[in-house]
Amino acid sequence: MSTPVIEAEALSRRFGQRWALARLDLTVNQGEKFLIVGGNGSGKTTLLRILSTALPRSLGGLKIFGKDPDSERQTIRAQSALLSHQPAIYEDLSSSENLDIVCKLAGQTPRASELLNAVGLSVRPDPVRFYSAGMRKRLAFARLLAQRPALALIDEPYGQLDPEGFDLVDDLMDRLSAGGCTVVMASHLVDRAAERCERALLLEAGQSRYLGPAVDVPKAWRVLHKGSQ
Amino acid sequence: MNQLWTILAKDLRIEWRTKTRIFGLACYAATLLLLFAFAVGPDRRMLEAHASAYVWMSVVSVSTLLLAQSFHQEIESDALEGMLLIPVKPWAIFYGKALANTLWMLILAIFTLPIAVVLFELNPGGSPLGFSAVLVLGCAGMAAPGSLYSGLTARLASQQLMLPVLLFPLVVPTVLASVKATNLLCNGDPMGQATAWLGVLVALNLLYWSLCGFLFAKVVDE
Repeated sequence: MSTPVIEAEALSRRFGQRWALARLDLTVNQGEKFLIVGGNGSGKTTLLRILSTALPRSLGGLKIFGKDPDSERQTIRAQSALLSHQPAIYEDLSSSENLDIVCKLAGQTPRASELLNAVGLSVRPDPVRFYSAGMRKRLAFARLLAQRPALALIDEPYGQLDPEGFDLVDDLMDRLSAGGCTVVMASHLVDRAAERCERALLLEAGQSRYLGPAVDVPKAWRVLHKGSQ
Repeated sequence: MNQLWTILAKDLRIEWRTKTRIFGLACYAATLLLLFAFAVGPDRRMLEAHASAYVWMSVVSVSTLLLAQSFHQEIESDALEGMLLIPVKPWAIFYGKALANTLWMLILAIFTLPIAVVLFELNPGGSPLGFSAVLVLGCAGMAAPGSLYSGLTARLASQQLMLPVLLFPLVVPTVLASVKATNLLCNGDPMGQATAWLGVLVALNLLYWSLCGFLFAKVVDE
Protein backbone atom coordinates (compact mmCIF):
# COMPACT_ATOMS: atom_id res chain seq x y z
CA MET A 1 0.00 0.00 0.00
CA SER A 2 2.96 2.36 -0.09
CA THR A 3 3.93 2.48 -3.77
CA PRO A 4 2.61 5.77 -5.16
CA VAL A 5 0.57 5.42 -8.34
CA ILE A 6 -0.33 9.10 -8.57
CA GLU A 7 2.04 11.89 -7.52
CA ALA A 8 0.79 15.41 -8.19
CA GLU A 9 2.56 18.57 -7.13
CA ALA A 10 0.93 21.99 -7.52
CA LEU A 11 -1.24 20.45 -10.24
CA SER A 12 -3.22 23.18 -12.01
CA ARG A 13 -5.52 23.45 -14.97
CA ARG A 14 -6.93 26.59 -16.51
CA PHE A 15 -9.89 26.99 -18.88
CA GLY A 16 -9.65 30.48 -20.32
CA GLN A 17 -9.32 32.86 -17.36
CA ARG A 18 -10.71 30.37 -14.82
CA TRP A 19 -8.57 27.98 -12.83
CA ALA A 20 -10.51 24.69 -12.67
CA LEU A 21 -7.74 23.19 -10.52
CA ALA A 22 -5.26 25.27 -8.55
CA ARG A 23 -2.01 24.08 -6.95
CA LEU A 24 -3.22 20.64 -5.95
CA ASP A 25 -0.80 18.33 -4.12
CA LEU A 26 -1.85 14.70 -4.08
CA THR A 27 -0.42 11.22 -3.66
CA VAL A 28 -2.45 8.05 -4.16
CA ASN A 29 -0.91 4.68 -3.40
CA GLN A 30 -1.29 1.35 -5.13
CA GLY A 31 -4.44 -0.57 -4.25
CA GLU A 32 -5.92 2.41 -2.43
CA LYS A 33 -9.55 3.46 -2.81
CA PHE A 34 -9.47 7.24 -3.00
CA LEU A 35 -12.51 9.50 -2.96
CA ILE A 36 -12.87 12.97 -4.48
CA VAL A 37 -15.81 15.04 -3.31
CA GLY A 38 -16.92 18.57 -4.01
CA GLY A 39 -19.80 20.61 -5.34
CA ASN A 40 -20.69 21.10 -8.99
CA GLY A 41 -17.83 22.77 -10.86
CA SER A 42 -15.35 22.16 -8.05
CA GLY A 43 -12.86 20.39 -10.37
CA LYS A 44 -13.56 16.69 -9.72
CA THR A 45 -14.11 15.73 -13.35
CA THR A 46 -11.21 17.90 -14.50
CA LEU A 47 -8.91 16.15 -12.03
CA LEU A 48 -10.04 12.68 -13.18
CA ARG A 49 -9.59 13.65 -16.82
CA ILE A 50 -6.07 14.94 -16.17
CA LEU A 51 -5.20 11.74 -14.32
CA SER A 52 -6.50 9.68 -17.25
CA THR A 53 -4.35 11.79 -19.66
CA ALA A 54 -7.51 12.80 -21.57
CA LEU A 55 -6.76 16.40 -20.62
CA PRO A 56 -3.31 17.99 -20.26
CA ARG A 57 -2.44 19.98 -17.16
CA SER A 58 -1.62 23.69 -17.43
CA LEU A 59 0.96 23.82 -14.64
CA GLY A 60 2.53 21.65 -11.97
CA GLY A 61 4.13 18.24 -11.78
CA LEU A 62 2.38 14.91 -12.34
CA LYS A 63 3.64 11.34 -12.34
CA ILE A 64 1.37 8.35 -12.88
CA PHE A 65 2.96 4.95 -12.28
CA GLY A 66 6.16 7.01 -11.95
CA LYS A 67 5.81 8.15 -15.56
CA ASP A 68 5.41 11.59 -17.11
CA PRO A 69 2.00 11.93 -18.84
CA ASP A 70 3.51 14.23 -21.48
CA SER A 71 6.14 11.82 -22.74
CA GLU A 72 4.73 8.41 -21.73
CA ARG A 73 1.03 8.94 -22.28
CA GLN A 74 0.46 5.66 -24.15
CA THR A 75 2.08 3.60 -21.39
CA ILE A 76 -0.09 5.27 -18.75
CA ARG A 77 -3.24 4.82 -20.85
CA ALA A 78 -2.53 1.10 -21.26
CA GLN A 79 -2.66 0.70 -17.46
CA SER A 80 -5.55 2.99 -16.61
CA ALA A 81 -9.25 3.27 -17.44
CA LEU A 82 -11.67 6.16 -17.13
CA LEU A 83 -15.40 5.84 -16.54
CA SER A 84 -16.74 9.29 -17.31
CA HIS A 85 -20.21 10.78 -17.70
CA GLN A 86 -20.22 9.62 -21.33
CA PRO A 87 -20.15 5.82 -21.61
CA ALA A 88 -17.95 5.72 -24.79
CA ILE A 89 -20.12 3.06 -26.41
CA TYR A 90 -21.57 2.65 -29.89
CA GLU A 91 -25.33 3.17 -29.81
CA ASP A 92 -26.07 1.02 -32.87
CA LEU A 93 -24.21 -2.06 -31.59
CA SER A 94 -25.28 -4.52 -28.92
CA SER A 95 -23.64 -4.60 -25.50
CA SER A 96 -21.63 -7.74 -26.32
CA GLU A 97 -20.45 -6.28 -29.62
CA ASN A 98 -19.34 -3.12 -27.81
CA LEU A 99 -17.41 -5.10 -25.20
CA ASP A 100 -15.82 -7.43 -27.75
CA ILE A 101 -14.56 -4.38 -29.65
CA VAL A 102 -13.00 -2.93 -26.48
CA CYS A 103 -11.35 -6.28 -25.67
CA LYS A 104 -9.95 -6.58 -29.20
CA LEU A 105 -8.70 -2.98 -29.23
CA ALA A 106 -7.03 -3.58 -25.86
CA GLY A 107 -5.36 -6.70 -27.27
CA GLN A 108 -7.35 -9.12 -25.14
CA THR A 109 -9.51 -12.14 -25.85
CA PRO A 110 -13.18 -11.16 -26.28
CA ARG A 111 -15.15 -12.11 -23.13
CA ALA A 112 -18.37 -10.14 -23.40
CA SER A 113 -20.67 -12.62 -21.63
CA GLU A 114 -18.31 -12.83 -18.62
CA LEU A 115 -18.14 -9.03 -18.37
CA LEU A 116 -21.90 -8.57 -18.77
CA ASN A 117 -22.47 -11.17 -16.09
CA ALA A 118 -20.12 -9.28 -13.76
CA VAL A 119 -22.27 -6.13 -14.01
CA GLY A 120 -25.63 -7.92 -13.82
CA LEU A 121 -26.58 -7.58 -17.48
CA SER A 122 -27.70 -10.38 -19.75
CA VAL A 123 -26.56 -10.94 -23.34
CA ARG A 124 -29.09 -9.17 -25.57
CA PRO A 125 -29.01 -8.71 -29.35
CA ASP A 126 -30.69 -5.28 -29.39
CA PRO A 127 -28.66 -2.08 -29.83
CA VAL A 128 -27.51 -0.14 -26.79
CA ARG A 129 -29.64 2.79 -28.02
CA PHE A 130 -32.64 1.06 -26.44
CA TYR A 131 -31.02 0.59 -23.01
CA SER A 132 -32.12 2.51 -19.93
CA ALA A 133 -29.72 4.97 -18.26
CA GLY A 134 -28.94 2.46 -15.51
CA MET A 135 -28.19 -0.34 -17.97
CA ARG A 136 -25.88 1.97 -19.89
CA LYS A 137 -24.06 2.77 -16.66
CA ARG A 138 -23.61 -0.94 -15.97
CA LEU A 139 -22.32 -1.41 -19.51
CA ALA A 140 -19.86 1.44 -18.95
CA PHE A 141 -18.60 -0.44 -15.87
CA ALA A 142 -18.22 -3.60 -17.96
CA ARG A 143 -16.24 -1.54 -20.48
CA LEU A 144 -13.93 -0.39 -17.69
CA LEU A 145 -13.45 -3.99 -16.47
CA ALA A 146 -12.69 -5.09 -20.05
CA GLN A 147 -9.56 -2.96 -19.97
CA ARG A 148 -8.20 -4.77 -16.85
CA PRO A 149 -6.86 -1.48 -15.45
CA ALA A 150 -4.25 -0.99 -12.74
CA LEU A 151 -5.75 2.45 -12.13
CA ALA A 152 -9.53 2.90 -12.34
CA LEU A 153 -10.77 6.50 -12.51
CA ILE A 154 -14.52 6.58 -11.93
CA ASP A 155 -16.69 9.68 -12.20
CA GLU A 156 -19.99 9.37 -10.30
CA PRO A 157 -20.05 5.57 -9.96
CA TYR A 158 -23.54 5.57 -8.41
CA GLY A 159 -25.16 7.89 -10.93
CA GLN A 160 -28.30 6.52 -12.70
CA LEU A 161 -28.15 3.24 -10.78
CA ASP A 162 -30.85 1.59 -8.64
CA PRO A 163 -30.13 0.48 -5.03
CA GLU A 164 -29.11 -2.94 -6.29
CA GLY A 165 -26.71 -1.18 -8.64
CA PHE A 166 -25.19 0.73 -5.70
CA ASP A 167 -24.29 -2.58 -4.05
CA LEU A 168 -22.93 -3.89 -7.33
CA VAL A 169 -20.66 -0.83 -7.69
CA ASP A 170 -19.37 -1.27 -4.11
CA ASP A 171 -18.68 -4.93 -4.79
CA LEU A 172 -16.92 -4.18 -8.09
CA MET A 173 -14.70 -1.55 -6.50
CA ASP A 174 -13.83 -3.90 -3.62
CA ARG A 175 -12.89 -6.57 -6.15
CA LEU A 176 -10.81 -4.16 -8.22
CA SER A 177 -8.98 -2.96 -5.13
CA ALA A 178 -8.43 -6.50 -3.85
CA GLY A 179 -6.82 -7.32 -7.19
CA GLY A 180 -4.26 -4.53 -6.69
CA CYS A 181 -6.08 -1.92 -8.78
CA THR A 182 -6.00 1.65 -7.49
CA VAL A 183 -9.49 3.16 -7.52
CA VAL A 184 -10.00 6.92 -7.66
CA MET A 185 -13.63 7.97 -7.73
CA ALA A 186 -15.59 11.18 -7.60
CA SER A 187 -19.03 11.05 -6.03
CA HIS A 188 -21.80 13.21 -4.63
CA LEU A 189 -22.97 10.37 -2.38
CA VAL A 190 -20.43 11.46 0.20
CA ASP A 191 -21.52 9.29 3.14
CA ARG A 192 -21.84 6.08 1.16
CA ALA A 193 -18.60 6.56 -0.78
CA ALA A 194 -16.63 7.66 2.31
CA GLU A 195 -17.46 4.38 4.07
CA ARG A 196 -15.78 2.45 1.29
CA CYS A 197 -12.65 4.53 0.68
CA GLU A 198 -9.46 4.90 2.70
CA ARG A 199 -8.69 8.55 1.96
CA ALA A 200 -10.54 11.48 0.47
CA LEU A 201 -9.99 14.88 -1.08
CA LEU A 202 -12.52 17.69 -0.76
CA LEU A 203 -12.40 20.23 -3.55
CA GLU A 204 -13.91 23.68 -3.71
CA ALA A 205 -13.40 25.95 -6.73
CA GLY A 206 -10.45 23.82 -7.82
CA GLN A 207 -8.64 24.04 -4.49
CA SER A 208 -8.07 21.39 -1.87
CA ARG A 209 -10.10 22.03 1.32
CA TYR A 210 -9.53 18.66 2.96
CA LEU A 211 -7.18 15.76 2.35
CA GLY A 212 -7.17 12.92 4.82
CA PRO A 213 -9.05 9.87 6.07
CA ALA A 214 -12.26 9.32 4.09
CA VAL A 215 -14.22 8.68 7.26
CA ASP A 216 -13.90 12.37 8.18
CA VAL A 217 -14.76 13.85 4.79
CA PRO A 218 -18.58 13.93 5.32
CA LYS A 219 -18.01 16.22 8.30
CA ALA A 220 -15.61 18.42 6.33
CA TRP A 221 -18.15 18.54 3.49
CA ARG A 222 -20.95 19.63 5.83
CA VAL A 223 -18.76 22.26 7.47
CA LEU A 224 -17.80 23.66 4.11
CA HIS A 225 -21.28 23.72 2.58
CA LYS A 226 -23.70 24.19 5.46
CA GLY A 227 -21.63 25.84 8.14
CA SER A 228 -20.50 23.93 11.24
CA GLN A 229 -23.08 21.43 12.48
CA MET B 1 -2.79 -3.70 -37.46
CA ASN B 2 -5.35 -5.60 -35.33
CA GLN B 3 -6.73 -2.29 -34.09
CA LEU B 4 -7.13 -1.04 -37.66
CA TRP B 5 -9.07 -4.16 -38.75
CA THR B 6 -11.24 -4.01 -35.61
CA ILE B 7 -12.18 -0.39 -36.35
CA LEU B 8 -12.83 -1.16 -40.02
CA ALA B 9 -15.06 -4.13 -39.12
CA LYS B 10 -16.86 -2.04 -36.48
CA ASP B 11 -17.56 0.80 -38.93
CA LEU B 12 -18.83 -1.57 -41.61
CA ARG B 13 -21.06 -3.33 -39.08
CA ILE B 14 -22.56 -0.07 -37.77
CA GLU B 15 -23.25 1.18 -41.31
CA TRP B 16 -24.82 -2.17 -42.21
CA ARG B 17 -27.03 -2.01 -39.10
CA THR B 18 -28.28 1.42 -40.14
CA LYS B 19 -28.62 0.49 -43.82
CA THR B 20 -31.53 2.86 -44.30
CA ARG B 21 -28.88 5.59 -44.36
CA ILE B 22 -26.82 4.02 -47.15
CA PHE B 23 -30.06 3.29 -49.04
CA GLY B 24 -31.06 6.95 -48.64
CA LEU B 25 -27.68 8.09 -49.96
CA ALA B 26 -28.02 5.77 -52.97
CA CYS B 27 -31.44 7.29 -53.71
CA TYR B 28 -29.94 10.77 -53.41
CA ALA B 29 -27.19 9.85 -55.91
CA ALA B 30 -29.81 8.51 -58.35
CA THR B 31 -31.87 11.70 -57.95
CA LEU B 32 -28.83 13.86 -58.70
CA LEU B 33 -28.15 11.94 -61.91
CA LEU B 34 -31.77 12.39 -62.93
CA LEU B 35 -31.53 16.12 -62.24
CA PHE B 36 -28.40 16.38 -64.39
CA ALA B 37 -30.21 14.54 -67.20
CA PHE B 38 -33.24 16.84 -66.97
CA ALA B 39 -31.08 19.97 -66.72
CA VAL B 40 -29.05 19.15 -69.86
CA GLY B 41 -32.08 18.05 -71.85
CA PRO B 42 -32.47 15.45 -74.61
CA ASP B 43 -29.13 16.18 -76.35
CA ARG B 44 -27.71 12.61 -76.36
CA ARG B 45 -24.29 13.73 -77.58
CA MET B 46 -23.91 16.25 -74.76
CA LEU B 47 -25.11 13.76 -72.14
CA GLU B 48 -22.70 11.08 -73.35
CA ALA B 49 -19.77 13.48 -73.52
CA HIS B 50 -20.28 14.68 -69.94
CA ALA B 51 -21.51 11.42 -68.40
CA SER B 52 -18.33 10.87 -66.39
CA ALA B 53 -18.59 14.36 -64.88
CA TYR B 54 -22.20 13.76 -63.82
CA VAL B 55 -21.31 10.43 -62.22
CA TRP B 56 -18.39 11.88 -60.25
CA MET B 57 -20.30 15.00 -59.21
CA SER B 58 -23.06 12.83 -57.76
CA VAL B 59 -20.45 10.67 -55.97
CA VAL B 60 -18.77 13.78 -54.51
CA SER B 61 -22.08 15.25 -53.33
CA VAL B 62 -23.25 12.03 -51.72
CA SER B 63 -19.82 11.41 -50.17
CA THR B 64 -19.92 14.59 -48.11
CA LEU B 65 -23.07 13.34 -46.38
CA LEU B 66 -21.53 9.90 -45.87
CA LEU B 67 -18.31 11.39 -44.50
CA ALA B 68 -20.14 13.79 -42.19
CA GLN B 69 -21.81 10.78 -40.55
CA SER B 70 -18.55 8.88 -40.28
CA PHE B 71 -17.36 10.52 -37.05
CA HIS B 72 -20.81 11.26 -35.68
CA GLN B 73 -20.97 7.82 -34.08
CA GLU B 74 -17.57 8.43 -32.45
CA ILE B 75 -18.70 11.72 -30.90
CA GLU B 76 -22.19 10.63 -29.86
CA SER B 77 -21.07 9.19 -26.52
CA ASP B 78 -17.38 10.11 -26.63
CA ALA B 79 -16.36 6.78 -28.13
CA LEU B 80 -13.41 8.46 -29.89
CA GLU B 81 -11.91 9.56 -26.58
CA GLY B 82 -12.69 6.13 -25.18
CA MET B 83 -10.70 4.53 -27.98
CA LEU B 84 -7.74 6.89 -27.54
CA LEU B 85 -7.63 6.09 -23.81
CA ILE B 86 -7.57 2.29 -24.34
CA PRO B 87 -5.10 3.26 -26.02
CA VAL B 88 -5.82 2.82 -29.73
CA LYS B 89 -3.22 4.34 -32.02
CA PRO B 90 -4.63 7.40 -33.83
CA TRP B 91 -3.35 6.16 -37.19
CA ALA B 92 -5.32 2.91 -36.73
CA ILE B 93 -8.49 4.97 -36.13
CA PHE B 94 -7.84 7.08 -39.22
CA TYR B 95 -6.98 4.27 -41.62
CA GLY B 96 -9.78 2.04 -40.30
CA LYS B 97 -12.35 4.75 -40.85
CA ALA B 98 -10.87 5.91 -44.18
CA LEU B 99 -10.95 2.34 -45.53
CA ALA B 100 -14.56 1.90 -44.42
CA ASN B 101 -15.48 5.22 -46.07
CA THR B 102 -13.68 4.18 -49.28
CA LEU B 103 -15.67 0.94 -49.38
CA TRP B 104 -19.05 2.64 -48.88
CA MET B 105 -18.21 5.35 -51.43
CA LEU B 106 -17.23 2.62 -53.88
CA ILE B 107 -20.56 0.87 -53.32
CA LEU B 108 -22.41 4.14 -53.94
CA ALA B 109 -20.33 4.82 -57.08
CA ILE B 110 -21.07 1.32 -58.40
CA PHE B 111 -24.76 1.89 -57.69
CA THR B 112 -24.77 5.00 -59.90
CA LEU B 113 -23.25 3.17 -62.90
CA PRO B 114 -26.33 1.35 -64.27
CA ILE B 115 -28.31 4.58 -63.92
CA ALA B 116 -25.60 6.48 -65.82
CA VAL B 117 -25.58 3.74 -68.50
CA VAL B 118 -29.34 4.17 -69.00
CA LEU B 119 -29.49 7.97 -68.76
CA PHE B 120 -26.22 9.00 -70.41
CA GLU B 121 -25.22 5.89 -72.37
CA LEU B 122 -22.04 5.66 -70.30
CA ASN B 123 -19.96 2.77 -71.61
CA PRO B 124 -17.68 1.40 -68.91
CA GLY B 125 -17.31 -1.98 -70.66
CA GLY B 126 -14.46 -0.90 -72.97
CA SER B 127 -11.75 -1.25 -70.35
CA PRO B 128 -13.29 -2.86 -67.23
CA LEU B 129 -9.95 -3.17 -65.44
CA GLY B 130 -8.97 0.44 -66.03
CA PHE B 131 -12.48 1.62 -65.16
CA SER B 132 -12.42 -0.35 -61.88
CA ALA B 133 -9.03 1.18 -61.05
CA VAL B 134 -10.40 4.71 -61.62
CA LEU B 135 -13.40 3.99 -59.39
CA VAL B 136 -11.25 2.64 -56.54
CA LEU B 137 -8.60 5.37 -56.81
CA GLY B 138 -11.19 8.13 -57.21
CA CYS B 139 -13.16 7.04 -54.15
CA ALA B 140 -10.00 6.44 -52.09
CA GLY B 141 -8.62 9.84 -53.12
CA MET B 142 -11.70 11.52 -51.67
CA ALA B 143 -12.10 9.25 -48.64
CA ALA B 144 -8.69 10.05 -47.13
CA PRO B 145 -9.00 13.86 -46.93
CA GLY B 146 -12.73 13.44 -46.29
CA SER B 147 -12.10 11.27 -43.24
CA LEU B 148 -9.54 13.75 -41.93
CA TYR B 149 -11.90 16.71 -42.25
CA SER B 150 -14.82 14.68 -40.95
CA GLY B 151 -12.78 14.02 -37.80
CA LEU B 152 -11.72 17.65 -37.50
CA THR B 153 -15.25 19.04 -37.92
CA ALA B 154 -17.10 16.31 -36.02
CA ARG B 155 -17.71 18.44 -32.92
CA LEU B 156 -18.87 21.50 -34.89
CA ALA B 157 -22.58 22.30 -34.92
CA SER B 158 -22.19 23.44 -38.54
CA GLN B 159 -20.35 20.32 -39.70
CA GLN B 160 -22.73 19.66 -42.62
CA LEU B 161 -21.76 23.08 -43.99
CA MET B 162 -18.08 23.17 -43.02
CA LEU B 163 -17.16 19.75 -44.37
CA PRO B 164 -17.90 20.46 -48.06
CA VAL B 165 -16.46 23.99 -47.77
CA LEU B 166 -13.16 22.56 -46.50
CA LEU B 167 -13.16 19.35 -48.52
CA PHE B 168 -14.18 20.41 -52.03
CA PRO B 169 -11.12 22.59 -52.77
CA LEU B 170 -8.86 19.76 -51.62
CA VAL B 171 -10.46 17.05 -53.79
CA VAL B 172 -10.55 19.11 -57.00
CA PRO B 173 -7.43 17.35 -58.41
CA THR B 174 -8.89 13.91 -57.58
CA VAL B 175 -12.25 14.75 -59.17
CA LEU B 176 -10.55 16.23 -62.23
CA ALA B 177 -8.31 13.19 -62.74
CA SER B 178 -11.22 10.79 -62.12
CA VAL B 179 -13.50 12.55 -64.60
CA LYS B 180 -10.77 12.74 -67.25
CA ALA B 181 -9.75 9.09 -66.86
CA THR B 182 -13.38 7.89 -66.85
CA ASN B 183 -14.16 9.96 -69.92
CA LEU B 184 -11.17 8.60 -71.83
CA LEU B 185 -11.90 5.00 -70.85
CA CYS B 186 -15.60 5.28 -71.80
CA ASN B 187 -15.43 7.48 -74.92
CA GLY B 188 -12.19 6.31 -76.49
CA ASP B 189 -8.55 7.06 -75.79
CA PRO B 190 -6.70 7.37 -79.10
CA MET B 191 -3.66 9.08 -77.54
CA GLY B 192 -3.38 6.69 -74.58
CA GLN B 193 -3.82 9.44 -71.99
CA ALA B 194 -5.89 7.41 -69.54
CA THR B 195 -2.77 5.76 -68.10
CA ALA B 196 -1.31 9.17 -67.32
CA TRP B 197 -4.48 10.24 -65.48
CA LEU B 198 -4.42 6.94 -63.57
CA GLY B 199 -0.84 7.78 -62.61
CA VAL B 200 -2.02 11.15 -61.32
CA LEU B 201 -4.68 9.39 -59.22
CA VAL B 202 -2.09 6.99 -57.79
CA ALA B 203 0.19 9.92 -56.89
CA LEU B 204 -2.68 11.86 -55.28
CA ASN B 205 -3.68 8.82 -53.26
CA LEU B 206 -0.12 8.29 -52.03
CA LEU B 207 0.03 11.93 -50.97
CA TYR B 208 -3.39 12.05 -49.29
CA TRP B 209 -3.22 8.69 -47.52
CA SER B 210 0.22 9.41 -46.05
CA LEU B 211 -0.28 13.09 -45.19
CA CYS B 212 -3.84 12.78 -43.84
CA GLY B 213 -2.90 9.81 -41.62
CA PHE B 214 0.00 11.80 -40.20
CA LEU B 215 -2.09 14.96 -39.66
CA PHE B 216 -4.99 13.06 -38.08
CA ALA B 217 -2.65 11.46 -35.54
CA LYS B 218 -1.17 14.86 -34.72
CA VAL B 219 -4.51 16.63 -34.37
CA VAL B 220 -6.52 13.99 -32.53
CA ASP B 221 -3.88 13.25 -29.93
CA GLU B 222 -3.24 16.89 -28.95
